[in-house]
Amino acid sequence: MSEPLLEVKDLAVHFETEDGVVQAVDGISYTVERGKTLGIVGESGSGKSVSSMTVMGLTRAGNARISGSITFEGRDLLNASDADMRKVRGGEVAMIFQDPLSSLHPFYKIGDQLIEAHRSHNDVSKAKARDRAVEMLGLVGLPDPRRRIDSYPHEFSGGMRQRVMIAMALINDPKLLIADEPTTALDVTVQAQILELIQKLQAELDTAVVMITHDLGVVAEVTEEIAVMYAGRIVEYGKSDTIFAAPEHPYTWGLLKSIPRLDTPRDQELVPIFGRPPSLINKPSGCSFHPRCPYVREAHKKVDPALEPAGDADRTHKVACLLPSETRRSLWAGLRAGDTPAEVLQEVEIPAEKLSPSAEGPTGEEVAGQ
Amino acid sequence: MSTTMREPLVQVRGLKKHFPIRSGFLIQRDVGAVRAVDGVDFDVLRGETLGLVGESGCGKSTTARLITRLLEPTAGSISWEGRDIAGLSRRELKPLRREMQMIFQDPYSSLNPRKTVGTIIGEPFVIHRVESNEDRRRRLVQDLMEQVGLNPEHYNRLPHQFSGGQRQRIGVARAIALKPKMIVADEPVSALDVSIQAQILNLLRDLQRDLGLTIVFIAHDLSVVRHTCDRVAVMYLGKIVELASSDELYAHPRHPYTGALLSAVPVPDPRLARNKARQVLGGDVPSPTNPPSACRFHTRCQKFVEGHCDVEEPLLEVKDGGNVAACHYPLTDEEIARRVPTAAA
Repeated sequence: MSEPLLEVKDLAVHFETEDGVVQAVDGISYTVERGKTLGIVGESGSGKSVSSMTVMGLTRAGNARISGSITFEGRDLLNASDADMRKVRGGEVAMIFQDPLSSLHPFYKIGDQLIEAHRSHNDVSKAKARDRAVEMLGLVGLPDPRRRIDSYPHEFSGGMRQRVMIAMALINDPKLLIADEPTTALDVTVQAQILELIQKLQAELDTAVVMITHDLGVVAEVTEEIAVMYAGRIVEYGKSDTIFAAPEHPYTWGLLKSIPRLDTPRDQELVPIFGRPPSLINKPSGCSFHPRCPYVREAHKKVDPALEPAGDADRTHKVACLLPSETRRSLWAGLRAGDTPAEVLQEVEIPAEKLSPSAEGPTGEEVAGQ
Repeated sequence: MSTTMREPLVQVRGLKKHFPIRSGFLIQRDVGAVRAVDGVDFDVLRGETLGLVGESGCGKSTTARLITRLLEPTAGSISWEGRDIAGLSRRELKPLRREMQMIFQDPYSSLNPRKTVGTIIGEPFVIHRVESNEDRRRRLVQDLMEQVGLNPEHYNRLPHQFSGGQRQRIGVARAIALKPKMIVADEPVSALDVSIQAQILNLLRDLQRDLGLTIVFIAHDLSVVRHTCDRVAVMYLGKIVELASSDELYAHPRHPYTGALLSAVPVPDPRLARNKARQVLGGDVPSPTNPPSACRFHTRCQKFVEGHCDVEEPLLEVKDGGNVAACHYPLTDEEIARRVPTAAA
């Protein structure tokens, strides 16, 4: 494959606050190929939004310390000037957000907002931009776009507003669309409409998509590859099929087993992940998931696992876990069959202190500085 | 759990709530009404969990607030243990408030930020004059905190010192404080992270088993409702369009709207997701101010028959498989298999 569209390498975003340094993103790397879809899954505070906002240059606040590299079509976005970023943002890289009501300006007609978005990146007349806006609104399925273009955001339903947002994001033919929880505020039926729309437009316009969500169902439906984030790191990465059929990180297992789903028996027990996500100021030592991991061993509290190939059929599959991979596979086999972590632990023996050689003590700070 | 032999705790008949739309300055006239709930009938059986599902604006939250009498119904009756409570005054309602409690969606805005957790959970004891002795009240509250999985030592903390999941536990503790017969939970887990959701769902299930609670569970997440509820009522534009046991409803949805809802649920399995012919429901929910004639779903229904569905209103009646649905042309097993990949058929 040729050079990737977007390459993020060792990205770290730390915010200095009065309470300490918030390590929101702590050394993550991923690539997005042209026309493909990457899903980033994680809970609140996992760093999934911050990492994508950094790609857009939206975290350049005074208290942010950003390191690593972000390369878009061979260009360095991290060190680009603010003027250059303004060209990229909304032009080649566009973003849609969770809440369409607060992302549209309530005072201006949607048409004016779309025209402005188009004209700030293209030297065209107002009339031409208006035609383009009408065309985009039609493309996203807004009924009667020629008339509705003069409506205000409050005159639309949530689903229609999200369509307007998508029209605005795509009006300059972006090569990359970052969708941050685009359907979370919507009803399931509308969510299905919007997901179908994003997929259809992606196929027509060959746009790459980064889909950020906490909903495993959404990523299963629309993404080809998935990055699972926890406490500012990617803990597992792989093809969607692999992540759902043969996940290897205990956190991914926890996510999969804690959601009720329509395709399993109704009385299947939910297995919550106990505890709660860690503070990003005082991260746990060693593996940051260790305080919540049922399979934790003493050494896991000291050694920080690196994201390493899982060594199965999917060559993109990587996992950051200190358990040996045979053990992980037997554990998942048990969980998959419906056993609880406690039951699985009775059957599978976890080797005492076997650790991978590369996992020799870099702390979060050092990884970020590389 | 069999629900067939249970007697009803709540019986709702012909329940309506219309919110008037007023217009004009100084002199206000009614110019119409939002028919949030427009004639619903259902029973809540003792000890069961009844789910209410539907899209936003279908009237599920209004129904919840009507049966707990936080709202005044426009018409219809609500009988609580055989006694009609639809027309009771505030004073007459007060003793009933002990028996029915609510849990709200947003654990951030439903707790007073200036009061300690101990005060919040202990408030029902003060309001209903159950325990005036402060030490004894403290012990009761700490028992409750223990019961819902909070550390009793955090008695004097303020809500902002807790995470979302823990705040929802505070809400649960407050709701069960007076040992109510029924709890109405309005989207209790939708503001929580996935890993925390399961903790709260399991907590509610355990409490129900231990305390013999009856739960009315409102949610828009159909997977959560299936897991949690014994029976499910599907609402659309202020009406119940289908009511069945969870097993039947999810395996054999008879109303086309239920079928469309189930078809829209994303399945966390890429292989299954690829193979299904998702039926995407077009358009938006029509305005409840001026709902479509006869069957309200006819404007979006794939099985719409002109001259029938838009003229004659279908009544809730028993269809194949025992579901109660309001539809002239219910889904066949073959249609269900095609549209809803997760149906067991």
